[in-house]
Amino acid sequence: MEITCINCPVGCLLQVEMAGGKVLSVSGQVCKRGEIYAHQECVNPTRMITAVVPVAGSQMPLSVKTEQPIPKQDINKCMAELAAVQVEAPVRMGEVIIRNVCDSGVNIIATKEIARTV
Amino acid sequence: MRHFSREVDVLIVGGGPAGLGAAIAVKENGIDNLLVLERANFLGGILGQCIHNGFGLHRFGEELTGPEYAQRDIDRVKELGIEIQTETMVLSVGEDLVVSAVSSKNGMQLIKAKAIILAMGCRERPRGALGTPGTRCAGIYSAGTAQQFVNLEGYMPGKRVVILGSGDIGLIMARRMTLQGAKVLACVELMPYSSGLNRNIVQCLQDYDIPLYLSHTVIDIKGKDRLTGVTIAKVDDNRQPIPGSEKDLECDTLLLSVGLIPENELSQGAGVDLSPLTSGPVVDDSFQTSIPGIFTCGNVLHVHDLVDYVSEESFKAGRSAAQYIKGLLPPADTVQVLDGEGVRGTVPQRIRLGQEESIALMFRPSGVFRNAVCTVTSGGRQIARKRAQIFTPGEMVTINLKKEEVAALSDSVTVSIERSK
Ligand SMILES: Cc1cc2nc3c(=O)[nH]c(=O)nc-3n(C[C@H](O)[C@H](O)[C@H](O)COP(=O)(O)OP(=O)(O)OC[C@H]3O[C@@H](n4cnc5c(N)ncnc54)[C@H](O)[C@@H]3O)c2cc1C
Ligand code: SF4
Repeated sequence: MEITCINCPVGCLLQVEMAGGKVLSVSGQVCKRGEIYAHQECVNPTRMITAVVPVAGSQMPLSVKTEQPIPKQDINKCMAELAAVQVEAPVRMGEVIIRNVCDSGVNIIATKEIARTV
Repeated sequence: MRHFSREVDVLIVGGGPAGLGAAIAVKENGIDNLLVLERANFLGGILGQCIHNGFGLHRFGEELTGPEYAQRDIDRVKELGIEIQTETMVLSVGEDLVVSAVSSKNGMQLIKAKAIILAMGCRERPRGALGTPGTRCAGIYSAGTAQQFVNLEGYMPGKRVVILGSGDIGLIMARRMTLQGAKVLACVELMPYSSGLNRNIVQCLQDYDIPLYLSHTVIDIKGKDRLTGVTIAKVDDNRQPIPGSEKDLECDTLLLSVGLIPENELSQGAGVDLSPLTSGPVVDDSFQTSIPGIFTCGNVLHVHDLVDYVSEESFKAGRSAAQYIKGLLPPADTVQVLDGEGVRGTVPQRIRLGQEESIALMFRPSGVFRNAVCTVTSGGRQIARKRAQIFTPGEMVTINLKKEEVAALSDSVTVSIERSK
């Protein structure tokens, strides 16, 4: 099958040969990361998630991200956990907002500073 | 004689990544008397609202979100003790390098500079520039405005969304609106290809099963006070709607992602020559404009895809401005850089003769070219060449001239794309 490598803007078109749920060969990549991506994507696709959550004590919402990519199938669960989270200003960049989101072993952290404004 | 509020060596207009990068380079190259003016109440420009990741891979070797990327430059600027005035709007830049600015804190200021770096960024094409028919109801926003609402103000502009244009900001917003709970019905693109990056089509549309209609456009907009729906249709090779292909989509929000234009009112006022192709100033390889002492970089010069390249360009522009102050950038004869087949809006437009440094030429392909070669020729000789699987208007191409080739230049330079046989 054919997939697009999403690791960088070049967006190489990769040809992946598979059998029995295993990757046999990958071609079309310009660099090594394309091959690693193909193995990951065809077996257990993952994504980085970024989002904004409201903050008590600030007019500005807080932007957050998963520290590592999480399994693609967990995206909705991850967003549901984020929708329920309560955050209070001030927040430091890098502060953990949710520990071990949907049991993925990955934390959600703040990607900006929020000062108290209200 | 006019009375100035103050005099500085280098004045930088705009505190986005381009302005911050230029400021860092000016200071690091030994000029201490510099000032950055930024009209917003925060630094980092448009990066503050780009909360997705994918910034900094080239520059820092890691994937950062927009605010994280911006913070690194903000920290460095503070570390270097560079003076910045936020909430200060530059009103005019004069040919005599006098800048007028206004802020509630300092009132009107008239500042005399020895060099100026223009780094005002770009803004989105408004709907008026498109001529979409239909009513003028609420619920129609540019993708960047929606990005600002959602990411900076925490307000969702709608629940059922159609996106017109497949630029990267539109694609990124398709995913953002979906993740924050809206239903994105379609992304509609007039051209037979997307102007956005492939990776964004995959991770913003395909991941969320959002259909991309290529060679389609919005032909009607419905709703009295608030948008209630749009009609889309397929277009033929002349971009005319094909009768019978219409489809109605019920939606309360239409986002327009139809491209960016450099914000050059100030440059125009200063009398700097502008290029009709890039809509930005004409520059030489030191990023100096047609007015000596006025430099420019970032999206105000030409619209970039990646902030990493904006930073790189701004370091060069900042270094040039510092050299200019130190008298190390004398006026020089130049040769023109011309767009050949398949090439549009190459920057820089001029190269100074008699120097020995490698130069990066940047441009956008005028169409899609598969398995093609980009060449640079001068005086009938090929001086650079680059092959790629694909060249598309959605991705800026950079081709480097080696310093030996730059040193040997005597004639104009032409950049073209050739289909390989
Ligand atoms: C809406 C939008 C979304 C974008 N999303 C992405 C993205 O997702 N990914 C990506 O890689 N790139 C994105 N870009 C491109 C991105 O803008 C650039 O990579 C980068 O931010 C350009 O830096 P800059 O400093 O040239 O411009 P900007 O970041 O726009 O900064 C310009 C600064 O100048 C200030 N300014 C302007 N006029 C004046 C004045 N008269 N007086 C004082 N200050 C002034 C502005 O307030 C602003 O802070 C986006 C661009 C826009 C417009
Ligand atoms: S294979 Fe390498 S060059 Fe190609 S898109 Fe992936 S990361 Fe980029």
